[in-house]
Amino acid sequence: MSKNSNLALDDLFSRLQSEARNRMEGRETVISIGMATCGIAAGAEETKAAFLKEMEEVGIEAKVVPVGCIGHCYAEPFVVIHKPGFPPIAYPNVTPGKAKVLVRSFLLEGDPVFEFVLGATEANDLLPVLTDYPRFHLEERVVMDLCGRIDPASIHDYIGKGGYTGLYQTLTMTSEDIIREVLESGLRGRGGAGFPTGLKWQYGRDSVSPEKTVICNADEGDPGAYMDRTLLESNPHQVLEGLAICALAIGAEDAVIYVRAEYPLAVSMMTKAIQDAEDLGILGSSLLGTPHPFRVRVFQGSGAFVCGEETALIQSLEGRRGMPQHRPPYPVQSGLWGRPTVINNVKTLASIPPILRHGGKWYRKIGSPISPGTAIFSVVGKVVHPGLVEIATGTTLRTLIFDICGGVPKQRSFKAVQIGGPSGGCLPEAFLDTPVDFDSLTKAGAMMGSGGMVVMDDESCMVNVARYFLEFTQKESCGKCTFCRIGTRHLLDTLDRITRGEGRPQDLDFLELLCADVKDGSLCGLGKTAPNPIITSLKYFRDEYEAHIHEKRCPALMCRPLTAFYIDLERCARGCEACVGSCPVEAIFTTKGRKKAIDQDTCVKCGECVSACPTEYDAVKKVSPPSLAPRIERLKE
Amino acid sequence: MVWLVVDGKKIEAQEGENLLQVCLRNEIYIPNLCYLNTMEKPHASCRLCFVELADKPKPVPSCTIPVKEGMIVRTDTPPVRRLQQTALRLLLSVHRAECRKCPSNRRCDLQKLARLLGVRLRPRRFKHIDRDAGPAHTHPLIEYVTARCVLCGRCIHVCERQHGKSFLTFAMRGFDTVIASLPSAALDPLQCGACHACIDACPVSALLLRDPA
Repeated sequence: MSKNSNLALDDLFSRLQSEARNRMEGRETVISIGMATCGIAAGAEETKAAFLKEMEEVGIEAKVVPVGCIGHCYAEPFVVIHKPGFPPIAYPNVTPGKAKVLVRSFLLEGDPVFEFVLGATEANDLLPVLTDYPRFHLEERVVMDLCGRIDPASIHDYIGKGGYTGLYQTLTMTSEDIIREVLESGLRGRGGAGFPTGLKWQYGRDSVSPEKTVICNADEGDPGAYMDRTLLESNPHQVLEGLAICALAIGAEDAVIYVRAEYPLAVSMMTKAIQDAEDLGILGSSLLGTPHPFRVRVFQGSGAFVCGEETALIQSLEGRRGMPQHRPPYPVQSGLWGRPTVINNVKTLASIPPILRHGGKWYRKIGSPISPGTAIFSVVGKVVHPGLVEIATGTTLRTLIFDICGGVPKQRSFKAVQIGGPSGGCLPEAFLDTPVDFDSLTKAGAMMGSGGMVVMDDESCMVNVARYFLEFTQKESCGKCTFCRIGTRHLLDTLDRITRGEGRPQDLDFLELLCADVKDGSLCGLGKTAPNPIITSLKYFRDEYEAHIHEKRCPALMCRPLTAFYIDLERCARGCEACVGSCPVEAIFTTKGRKKAIDQDTCVKCGECVSACPTEYDAVKKVSPPSLAPRIERLKE
Repeated sequence: MVWLVVDGKKIEAQEGENLLQVCLRNEIYIPNLCYLNTMEKPHASCRLCFVELADKPKPVPSCTIPVKEGMIVRTDTPPVRRLQQTALRLLLSVHRAECRKCPSNRRCDLQKLARLLGVRLRPRRFKHIDRDAGPAHTHPLIEYVTARCVLCGRCIHVCERQHGKSFLTFAMRGFDTVIASLPSAALDPLQCGACHACIDACPVSALLLRDPA
């Protein structure tokens, strides 16, 4: 690159940055509302409308900015108000009612309404800072740093916060330098397999071909996982920047972002981001003013889980049925339309700009030495504070679940955590001190996967959990190879039988053998990992399987055919009718002493009577096996 | 030319040739269903042609392995046989084995494999599951028997070779996957009536000429 074009570049970039800064500086009040899909589902649209309406009524003006998701699902709708003279203050669970109060008290009268406040986002003398809370200070935000802090639809917001400087720096680097930096960072693919990203790029660069492609894999499909969606919705430009850097490193001129069609907001955010970046001359016929063209398009997947597998994804992009192909050849050798293709996950690509900005060495220092950096988990299930959490690798599961996410609610006890979705495994309490990184989790029998984490308490039946995940993989199998197509069906049928109380003693050996064969014999990652939920639950919760099979008992009282409800006559109140009306099948009748009893033959075990029975009596009991419920005959009339 | 050793027997082959093909040519039988030597890229879906290579810890499907100099291959180790037996049992667990009524009787690949691997045609370990017929097969000339099909995909491959574009395709997904033909409107009955490549390629008589009556 000649010196002249360097100057032109500097010029273009500093113009972009000063433009962005000018737009952001204002002395008005800014109300940022988290409006990613999760926020909208929690009622952010109504909250926004309430703010606007109330401000109009009282006659004050403030800028209402829809921002992305900060990851605190339990606190949605999440609002940050920055009023001149005050620090930016975060408010959780802002209902339209709270919004009205905030407008009148805070915006109009200057009272921040302390009982609504979560904390301030900057150090100050008035309020505690968010980083004083474990949820905030134990997190380490590299990838999600700007999520929920900028307007994802505004490219100027991103540039103003230092966006695209990573890309800008790489323009003066050779592709070897870029790859060396990424290799030095130790970044491993965040899609689940943990392959070193720098190495993949190196292979991509070394493949000789006039045309190469970069693909961003955003076909996130694990039940309960939504970090890719959040990133695309909350900060699409960071992903685009990573994509552009990857393209420079391997010498690609076009890129595809493969997003599920079920993520309409992510699709529209990304499409807008591409358009805005092209309009500013960052992408398109010229990459930031260089002679290097770079075009990005969004492709919407049609809803098959297996298309997250890279070879199936390529088939789908080429217009074929999404079925995995045998590897090798790997996509870096021959991918989309036979070209060398580098496929990276959204989180991997979003990690790239910070790495280039601060250097590979900086990234390497974060987290554990063998898989450095940060990992994003969507922690859901039985935790007090569910949401997206970005932590340094090497943090223990205990810190993640109990300190950051507040542990198990309702004074229940922790039983297991399912990590890595349907391909992962369930780990019991004994593994809570396992550090979160690729190798430790795999060793324990789970896997990092794409980062779905479901916490379960003592009310979860592990056989049923395994059955749930098998049902998912069985439904999502593409049907190509024998082991996955038919093997998982037999696994599911057996689990089904066990949860119905029709298990046989030989079933456990059958499951173990078939799981091993499906794991070794399947064609792609879907089949190879599908037995993991069974393998780990059999290993760590074998007693539950045995209780189901030998005693026809479900220890967690979850499997319906193995449980029964009965009314404890000692506790039942004479003449009370509370449960009778709640029963949808009229199984409750009056027995001796004007007390109630349940007809076991009619009962459908819905549990409505448990909720209906006044807590001071607490007379409805649930037991397993059903034979423990005393049988009371209806009185003859 | 390179040399490799299969089950102790020294064999000569072209470097990069398909290992399964090389073994079959040298009269070393490896169970297989979905492979045809006209395939540019092996389908690798039946999961029967496993072999053990000296430098790999676990069995690998031989149809995906290019031959290399000095390769040491075993085709009948216990791990290989175990996977092959399970794969065949799985296929048979959804295959309606009414051999006497079947045109493939006595020349059926499944029968041959069952004999070789010591597997019963109605495996005891697995419950039999009947596969549903799937979407109605509308081909005017060719009948499709879901309960026989092993989904090897040979028919799709030969059809594509014959006509440049296949009239047959996989449809549905997972356990419900079936072979379906394009809607009759898109078919050329003249070609189909003359060709029959798919019927000839089917190892289990899941594709048949429709009875004119």
